Order: sequence, then structure tokens, then C-alpha cells
Amino acid sequence: MTFLPGDAIRVKDDWPESRGPVHIRTPHYVRGVAGHVKKYLGDFPNPEDLAFGRPALRVPLYHVAFDRTAIWPEHPAKDTLLVEIFEHWLEAA
Amino acid sequence: MRYRAGMDKETARAPHDLGGVSKFMCDAVDTEPHALTDFDKQVDALRGILGAKQVMSVDELRRGIESIPEADYHRLSYYRRWIRSITDNLLRKGVITEAELRAALEVS
Repeated sequence: MTFLPGDAIRVKDDWPESRGPVHIRTPHYVRGVAGHVKKYLGDFPNPEDLAFGRPALRVPLYHVAFDRTAIWPEHPAKDTLLVEIFEHWLEAA
Repeated sequence: MRYRAGMDKETARAPHDLGGVSKFMCDAVDTEPHALTDFDKQVDALRGILGAKQVMSVDELRRGIESIPEADYHRLSYYRRWIRSITDNLLRKGVITEAELRAALEVS
């Protein structure tokens, strides 16, 4: 586990979909968006490998919180979006 | 490459990754309970057995669903997407052959 609750992060602006068949759990709309870690949820076998029947390393999963306006600026409502994101998709911000 | 509703950016978004895409934001979500068909229940049971026997995981089910071409994905019902993925997975793994599948479909 690399990140702690409250840590500022940014989701990688990465698009593996463009490089071939993949299975990923990181929604397109949070790629490249800054947020902060809310909670560490535990380590889980990486579904990106499980989906292809490959051996899967256990990787940390977090609840990551985003200001909704950071994702959808035209929605000024004060709201938070909580997304489960695996650690290899996050970088310190 | 930040997404803004109403001006969906060009991304490599996969067809199933629908969150926040403006063309799917116009219709209210139907949250009423609806009856499952016998077909739905059979597909669900089949997936359960394949999981319990460790033939196929839920992650593999999802990968198969996500690789359905976009036009078919939107046309197929929830459990028709499942059976398409299950079929694709079993063919890939060699659990069934194309010939066996065709023969079984002709009988039924």
C-alpha cells in the first residue's frame, strides 16, 4: 500500500484500449483527473489479468474521491464522486 | 484529455464504458423490478456452474461482454450479452468446439 487517506493523486491519462484487447476497471471519465485517496480497501488479484485467465498479482485498491466539478465542470453542484481504483492507475499529485 | 459532457472528447473509450457520455444522459433509468425469463435464469445458472467448477471467472465474463462489437452490445439484452461472452470464452478455452456448438443449436 503506497497511498494513505488524504493523499492527493492523479489518475493516469492512459488509454490501454487503444493498444489492443484489455479489461480495465478505471472509468474513462476519471483518466487524467486529480482527486484524493479516501480509503484503502485491501489487496485484490488484478482483474486486468484475471479477465484473460492469466496469473494475477494482488494489487492495492482504493476509494478515490473526486470533486464532481473536476470531472464535469459544467455541473457546478457541490458533490463528490467516489470511485474504486487500483493503485497502478494512480500517481502522486 | 478531460471529458466534458455535451462535448464528448474523442477518447479510446470502450463501448461499454458509458459513464457520463452525453448521449446516454437523456433517458431516465428504469429502476422498476422486471421479471426474468427462463432464458435469463438458465444463463445465470450456467455462469454460476462454470464459476463453481473454475472453468470461467466473472472477470472473463466481463472481458467477453466488453469485446462485443458496439452495435451488437446495444442491441442485445443483458443476458444475451452474457451468453455471447460465455460462448466466446468456452470456444477460446476449447471446452466446446464450433462444430459441437452448431450441432447443439441445430438440435434445439
